[in-house]
Amino acid sequence: MATSATSDSPLREHGVADPMMPRPFRITRKVKETHDTVTFDLVPADGGTIAGFAPGQFNMLYAFGIGEVPISISGDPANPEVLIHTLRAVGAVTRALCDARRGDIVGVRGPFGTAWPAEQARGDDIVLIAGGIGLAPLRPAFYRFLTDRRTYGRISLIYGARTPAELLYRRELEHWRGQFGLDVEVTVDHAAADWYGPVGVVTRLLSRVRFDPIDTTALLCGPEVMMRFAIRDLTRLGVADDHIFLSMERNMKCAIGFCGHCQFGPAFVCKDGPVFSYRDVARLLAVAEI
Amino acid sequence: MQVFDLSALDRLVQVLGERGYLVIGPVLRDGAIVYDEITSSRDLPIGWTDLQEGGSYRLHKRADQARFGYVVGPHSWKRYLFPPEVRLWQLRRSRDGYLGSRQSSGQTGDNGQLDAISPATQGDLSPPRQAFIGVRSCELHAIHIQDRVFGAGNGARGAARGTPNWHDPVYARRRHDAFLVSVQCTQAGGTCFCTSMGTGPKAESGFDLALTEVIDGKEHYFAVEAGSDRGREVLEEVPHRAATDTEAEAAARAVARSVDQMDSGVRGRTMETAGIKELLYRNQEHPRWDEVAQRCLACANCTMVCPTCFCSNVEDKSDITGEHAERWRRWDSCFHRDFSYLHGGSVRPSTRARYRQWMTHKLASWIDQFGTSGCVGCGRCITWCPVGIDITEEVAAIRASDAQHREGEKSG
Repeated sequence: MATSATSDSPLREHGVADPMMPRPFRITRKVKETHDTVTFDLVPADGGTIAGFAPGQFNMLYAFGIGEVPISISGDPANPEVLIHTLRAVGAVTRALCDARRGDIVGVRGPFGTAWPAEQARGDDIVLIAGGIGLAPLRPAFYRFLTDRRTYGRISLIYGARTPAELLYRRELEHWRGQFGLDVEVTVDHAAADWYGPVGVVTRLLSRVRFDPIDTTALLCGPEVMMRFAIRDLTRLGVADDHIFLSMERNMKCAIGFCGHCQFGPAFVCKDGPVFSYRDVARLLAVAEI
Repeated sequence: MQVFDLSALDRLVQVLGERGYLVIGPVLRDGAIVYDEITSSRDLPIGWTDLQEGGSYRLHKRADQARFGYVVGPHSWKRYLFPPEVRLWQLRRSRDGYLGSRQSSGQTGDNGQLDAISPATQGDLSPPRQAFIGVRSCELHAIHIQDRVFGAGNGARGAARGTPNWHDPVYARRRHDAFLVSVQCTQAGGTCFCTSMGTGPKAESGFDLALTEVIDGKEHYFAVEAGSDRGREVLEEVPHRAATDTEAEAAARAVARSVDQMDSGVRGRTMETAGIKELLYRNQEHPRWDEVAQRCLACANCTMVCPTCFCSNVEDKSDITGEHAERWRRWDSCFHRDFSYLHGGSVRPSTRARYRQWMTHKLASWIDQFGTSGCVGCGRCITWCPVGIDITEEVAAIRASDAQHREGEKSG
């Protein structure tokens, strides 16, 4: 047995701050992205500073008295004065949070979890594939790649939404799309006559962007079924399993590895993820209901 | 080895009380032997034993006056180290956000800041010091497994990726103060398989005191071992003497009896654990999961009685004014459909997937997470399953056809 019950127990060295206590932040800006999705700028209401974060990490956002949900950070890691979150109203807590107004208080715990492999990807072509709200967790990585533009090869962003009205960050997408040195492709599942872009699943856009599969790092975030198809196509093109990364979503209650809800095989998505190398989770993705 | 007589047991309870411990031990209640506060050895289930089989637990009068003549009941010490429900904090709305306080601390911060009170000193995090009497070897191992879950070994994988290791202060405080009096098993229960899991029946370390109850004709005494400095200190205050060779042998024989019972199959069961992680990982689509799902009620009993299951829910609520909010942590179970709920539905809607998750976690992925099996072979999940599902039988079934499958591949 590694530990003993005597007074020199290593358990004495427990955490200093309470990781379950949310910190009050004030909403300083609210942008309505789509009919059910908003983006908040948050600053600490306690006068303190914001802990830095790595692209891919998430916070637990707390609606006073209602509950708490894990939401990825979607701002620029180079601008730590403000915490930016994009969230969609899908349940009681996210609905309450989305209904909050500028000046209101939101509780924040975090940041938690693993990051997109910005270092490992140096020198590689970068392909980001996002579906729906999945663009939000990828945006900090995209900012990071743009900040260190010369560190990477070709950079592509492929993004799919259900309809043109459900595209996130539309103005920013159009801005990026107009830049040399970036391939930005956007598709929707359904569109009316005023949409002139592609219609169909995101994976069909892979052929429209340029990357060398041997030296490519791909970052995926979206519905699991979308990620499965994207992985299939990427591996067929020759992108290695350990160069494909995905952000997983599971039920989370504590975000610190105690509540057990987010287990994905042996992984706790809250601390071993949410960002995983495909190589590490290929076995799990192949099993339904795991 | 030391010995003390029956009356010294009362002195032990008294000494622990004098030292400020809330003494918790086995008591008879609602037709079962459970763990609750005791004030003397009269509270113990004197002369009772438990008869256990899959889905069955019955108390039975013994021919002797044994104090610890049973095996394990539906409770485990988990409920005193990792309480079934605990209030983590309370908040009150304020002009600049909200103010935090812990239960019964009465302290609040100011200027909208959450107060910086130490997690270890307030409210639910300041429980009475507890002494447990009657901790079985499998239960000691279960406590050490939960030490890893809630403290030292937690986050081994995350640490490799640079994410922090958290320690749960609720558990850590209780655990640090707990005084453990082990009692050696001198008989195996009907559903025991600790010898398979390497967790018993003899408690070798990790206790403050370990007792072996010896009943030999008219003789009735306890052989005692101290396993820590504070154990030795407490023993100093209890009348005792050095064991004679005969007494030490009698104590060893008593423990050996329970080993023989399990190994010979007279009582208890066995589980083959060689390569069990790989076995379960490669059999995630085994037809046995469908078969067991036909019997499993997804009632969560197995997870409630399991001494290592640690899943919990975090529940936020507020009062009718909306000015006060609380956060509670409650035991939860992977057998509940909502456990894996994401917008749109559960990740594991079928009972098949939930049973598979529980058993694969317990016996396989636990090893990846914490460097140890999550099973200590106490048999509670078998006894308290309303339909008598037996984890040892499920492993054997998967192993049997896994072997056949590979045999078939070789010959084909």
